[in-house]
Amino acid sequence: MKAGTNLEKVLNAGYFAVTAEIGPPKGGSARVIESKGEMLRHTADAFNVTDNQTAVVRLSSLAACGILRRIGLDPVMQMLCRDRNRIMLQGDICGAVALGIGNLLCLTGDHVKFGNHPQSKVVFDIDSIQLISAVRTMRDEGKFISGEEVAGPIPIFIGAVENPYADPFEFRTARLSKKVRAGADFIQTQAVYDVPKFTQWMAEVCESGLDKQTHVLAGIIPVKAVGMARYMRDYVSGVEVPDWLVKRLEDAKDVREEGIKIILEIIEEVKLIPGVHGIHIQAVGWEEVVPEIVERAGLLPRPIV
Amino acid sequence: MKSITAQKPLEELLESLGKAKKVFIVGCGTCPTMMGTGGVEQVSSLTERLGETRKKVTGSIVLPVACEPLPFEAQKEFLSEVDGAEAVLVMSCAYGVRAVADLLEIPVLPALNTLFIGREAEPGVFIEECSQCGDCVLALTGGICPITRCAKSLFNGPCGGSVGGKCEIDPKVPCGWQLIYDRLKALGRLEQMEVIIPPRDWSLSWSGGPRTYSLDEKERSKGSK
Repeated sequence: MKAGTNLEKVLNAGYFAVTAEIGPPKGGSARVIESKGEMLRHTADAFNVTDNQTAVVRLSSLAACGILRRIGLDPVMQMLCRDRNRIMLQGDICGAVALGIGNLLCLTGDHVKFGNHPQSKVVFDIDSIQLISAVRTMRDEGKFISGEEVAGPIPIFIGAVENPYADPFEFRTARLSKKVRAGADFIQTQAVYDVPKFTQWMAEVCESGLDKQTHVLAGIIPVKAVGMARYMRDYVSGVEVPDWLVKRLEDAKDVREEGIKIILEIIEEVKLIPGVHGIHIQAVGWEEVVPEIVERAGLLPRPIV
Repeated sequence: MKSITAQKPLEELLESLGKAKKVFIVGCGTCPTMMGTGGVEQVSSLTERLGETRKKVTGSIVLPVACEPLPFEAQKEFLSEVDGAEAVLVMSCAYGVRAVADLLEIPVLPALNTLFIGREAEPGVFIEECSQCGDCVLALTGGICPITRCAKSLFNGPCGGSVGGKCEIDPKVPCGWQLIYDRLKALGRLEQMEVIIPPRDWSLSWSGGPRTYSLDEKERSKGSK
């Protein structure tokens, strides 16, 4: 065991894991985090909290994860390289450990251009792969990036993201391999809609033996409305929404139900792909649908390990 | 290679001049002349535009290289021409502004924005290819700088926002890591993409504080390469 978190135990025991994203509010309400946590408590093994996602200011991931820990949930703290230099990153990792947070997801971060403060100065002191490696060194060697000693253990289960749909496509498996070599214990992918392309990528992942070294959780983003599907297809960087999906929603009488059906079909297919060890549901601003999806996908009850 | 500059709007110049009525204009015969931002033509056009306001242009000159020190005789001549002006507008990059300011006791104000040190990639289009970070990595990245050409200055390959060879910030901006990947592929050095590059020493860049460099090794500040 590297951190002994619920997520780590579920994955190590060989269960098909479920993680769910909790979006923090644009303000200081602990109640919002608590109520979302209560709502999702029995539907997932661990709960990601985004870190000022799409460069929009929100309640911090560190604080939100501390709140989830307080109500007995297993948080996955998302951490970006966009807004903090290596001093702050490492300080916040120590802070996370102090609050009992054991899962950390290392990301580069969307560019500030997308957010509500596009005039900000970007940091990018280190990149996501360097961050993964830094956390591993803190945990396994007890050393900061500078080589100085960390006082006490840093039990962190290290996560990373990968976008199987980004370019250059031929480099995507090699990039995953870099993340795994740097220390990624689990991977949460970008939203999967184009299952054949994801299957092809997973075949490469398994061929290079990476599925034996890390746990891949397929990203799932439920689609609520036709407009949302079109918007993600046309404007959200890194997400590939196929036209057939938009068409099915357009033709549906009950769009909500059709959206859930599509997601359930994708989950069904993804479960069968060799090397996929779970799903990560990002119901952006629509967390209340997660219990229904997880239940209808036959993924309840969640294991107790 | 040149300093890439763009003209500031007249309103901003008027604001920076404040109460100063008598203005002397300095242009530069090097980069701004080639860019069409601070050569003979632009100096006379600014003279005209300022004349239409309540400012009085007392004179102007286009120095051959505004950022270079003037020879003693030329300096004396320059000072006598400027004499009587209450402020100077310099149509050059910030280096020219600094060099002129060193000679005078009156406000020396920039008429241009200094954008970057760049290269003319195609006629009339300038690109930034070097951020002057102090520790060149081009040998590792197929001759394309990830600090400058990647919007996130990544060192270990493209982020998840690279689609169709373009950067997530703008479909017109090529993904720096796609350029690096393509070049390394053409060079038969793709294995370089697999190497994990460790965190960088930014103390050699601007993050280390104001930089100076002396040809005399003993005078050099610690850490400079």
